Amino acid sequence: MLKQTEGSHAVAEAVALCRPEVICAYPISPQTHIVEALGQMVKSGELTPCEFINVESEFAAMSVAIGSSAAGARTYTATASQGLLFMAEAVYNASGLGLPIVMTVANRAIGAPINIWNDHSDSLSQRDSGWMQLFAETNQEAVDLHIQAFRLAEELSMPIMVCMDGFILTHAFERIDIPEPAQVDVYLPAFEPRQMLDPAEPVSIGAMVGPEAFMEVRYLAHAKQMQALELIPQYAGEFKQVFGRDSGGLVRPYRIEDADTVIIAMGSVLGTIKDVVDEMRAEGHKIGVLGIISYRPFPLQAVRAALANCKRFLVLEKSLAVGMGGILATDVRMAVTGSGLKGFTAIAGLGGRPIPKASLHPLFCRAEQEDLPPVTFVDLDEAAVNKQLERERLNRRSGPIAENILHDKGVISAKFG
Amino acid sequence: MSFQPVKFYQTGTFTVGNRLLAPDERSVQAGQQRSNAINSGHRACQGCGEALGARYAIDAAMAASGGKLIAANATGCLEVFSTPYPESSWQLPWIHSLFGNAAAVATGIAAALKVKGKQDVRVVAQGGDGGTTDIGFGCLSGMFERNDDVLYICYDNQGYMNTGVQRSSATPPAARTATTMPLGPEPGNVFGQGKNVPEIAMAHGIPYVATATVADLRDLEYKVNKAMSLHGARYLHVFVPCPLGWGTASHDTIRMARLAKETGMFPVFEAEQGEVTSVLKIRHRLPVEEYLKPQRRFAHLFGKNAHPEIIERLQAIADRNIRKYGLLDEEGK
Repeated sequence: MLKQTEGSHAVAEAVALCRPEVICAYPISPQTHIVEALGQMVKSGELTPCEFINVESEFAAMSVAIGSSAAGARTYTATASQGLLFMAEAVYNASGLGLPIVMTVANRAIGAPINIWNDHSDSLSQRDSGWMQLFAETNQEAVDLHIQAFRLAEELSMPIMVCMDGFILTHAFERIDIPEPAQVDVYLPAFEPRQMLDPAEPVSIGAMVGPEAFMEVRYLAHAKQMQALELIPQYAGEFKQVFGRDSGGLVRPYRIEDADTVIIAMGSVLGTIKDVVDEMRAEGHKIGVLGIISYRPFPLQAVRAALANCKRFLVLEKSLAVGMGGILATDVRMAVTGSGLKGFTAIAGLGGRPIPKASLHPLFCRAEQEDLPPVTFVDLDEAAVNKQLERERLNRRSGPIAENILHDKGVISAKFG
Repeated sequence: MSFQPVKFYQTGTFTVGNRLLAPDERSVQAGQQRSNAINSGHRACQGCGEALGARYAIDAAMAASGGKLIAANATGCLEVFSTPYPESSWQLPWIHSLFGNAAAVATGIAAALKVKGKQDVRVVAQGGDGGTTDIGFGCLSGMFERNDDVLYICYDNQGYMNTGVQRSSATPPAARTATTMPLGPEPGNVFGQGKNVPEIAMAHGIPYVATATVADLRDLEYKVNKAMSLHGARYLHVFVPCPLGWGTASHDTIRMARLAKETGMFPVFEAEQGEVTSVLKIRHRLPVEEYLKPQRRFAHLFGKNAHPEIIERLQAIADRNIRKYGLLDEEGK
């Protein structure tokens, strides 16, 4: 059913259609609207049977999810940013125990400096946690990926994050096709746990494992993600049969058939990138786009195949490996090892900085000319950076960096100084 | 002629032993039907108070729930000595997740059971004092505040024994641990304000809070049974001496627990909805030295460089417990 609705609310509706039995809720922007909507559905009796638990922290949210999933209940939670970091120990634990929890991450920057706006630093920090990570480009895709996520997680008995850009998607109102309950019930079978805390058949879950078996347990987590590389396109295909639209999959190429230059990115920024590419195509540039939907498992072969005929690529990412450069770019370069392809990295949009077409157009043209350093920081205010560096050269006690830069830029309360 | 009441030690106690008791008065542990929920062959130290306490507590909970029990366990000695894979001692469904989240994991299990209509299956969470009073405290308080249907059992041996005897917020003042060495003018652990988790649990107004020791296993079984007869958040704090961490003889575990109770260092009581409903009275009041002296962790208080002033401060703590909980009977003995 078509609806004009908020991204968060649409995701809540999609999650409810998957009939979760336990939902753990802890508020953190920009995820909060999702659990608020689910709480309302449980309270009103619209979503039943379901236990909605208001926990005291994200660490507790993931811990409650571990308990309920191990006891055989379909379990969901949502978080973002600091919340994901606060639950990190339990995030690793959930995947180590092989519990198929589904979690929405409303992607947001990580402080300090504290910042509530969108980038991908949070979920990328959990890159190696053993969770699968799917990135939605649109709110429609966020809705659809949640339905696919429950199926994938439960088939593999491994947890999964559905990542959607905070505010840009979570708070955007747009037209979304909310699936019919009957369609979801056809697509998503009932949860049949592989392991379960059950007095009729007692098992010990989470026993101590020494060097004799630890490698095998970890390897199996990897092997399951390799299996997911096959299941993700298969489930996306079956999704299309039931729901009639393309959603999900490993990667999504756009106008790359004869492209010499390919721009690679994840999430909602792909929309802006495609607009710029359309404009450049109209101007005669041979340029295309490759959207990454499955960040973990990372589809090395699909990326390599998509880049087989281009001459160069530019990875535009909303994340930064401090002291190194790109995070996504590293994986892409791994995919094209030995191909001799020229690759560039652009870090953009950190902490919610807008990524306008006006900035992308010249960036893509320079990539086309191969006139870029290995790592570019898009729209970085170099004057502000240099001023702070100069301050540090002149004064030993140069003060807090963030406050200095705010002062220089003359914004917010720093003006009162 | 003054009247002197005659007291037989065994009067009103179960020390006559199970053989002389009616079958319905016998302990769970004495019965052939006991579940042996923590099976033999685990790797606890000789004289481990925690292994003993957990065995009685979990078997009693198994009996009370008709064998329909699920346990969530915090990281710590109990988890490590019972589970090196694939030699799990646990004869009930059991999960270990992390050090600081046993209470929250138990909440999740209880929620799953509720949503699936399996409310005949009961949930316990258990951990040591580190996993309860320190790192797991946030999750514990959250579970209490929501009144989740979980019995949480803390086995308190007053320190991080699994990692090599470091101080926890349950370590008593003046005690030597690896991080509170007996050096300087104030040797051993600091005299802080303490962190009385049974009282903090009571402040949450939860249905049931009780303390117990492994010196009185009948009382422990009774309290587990009582807790299992109730629903909502329940907290049981069991005093379990640690021969390794305290420097006591393996055969002295039960004696040390009894001395902690008889000196007033560990008050044994139960409370409902935040109000104390009963206390175990001190039978033969003893000075704290009797409790401190056999423990190497307090050795620096005695001998050549004795610290009588520190012993006095510890006695003051015991005296305060005795006053506060009314641990002496009317005769003041």
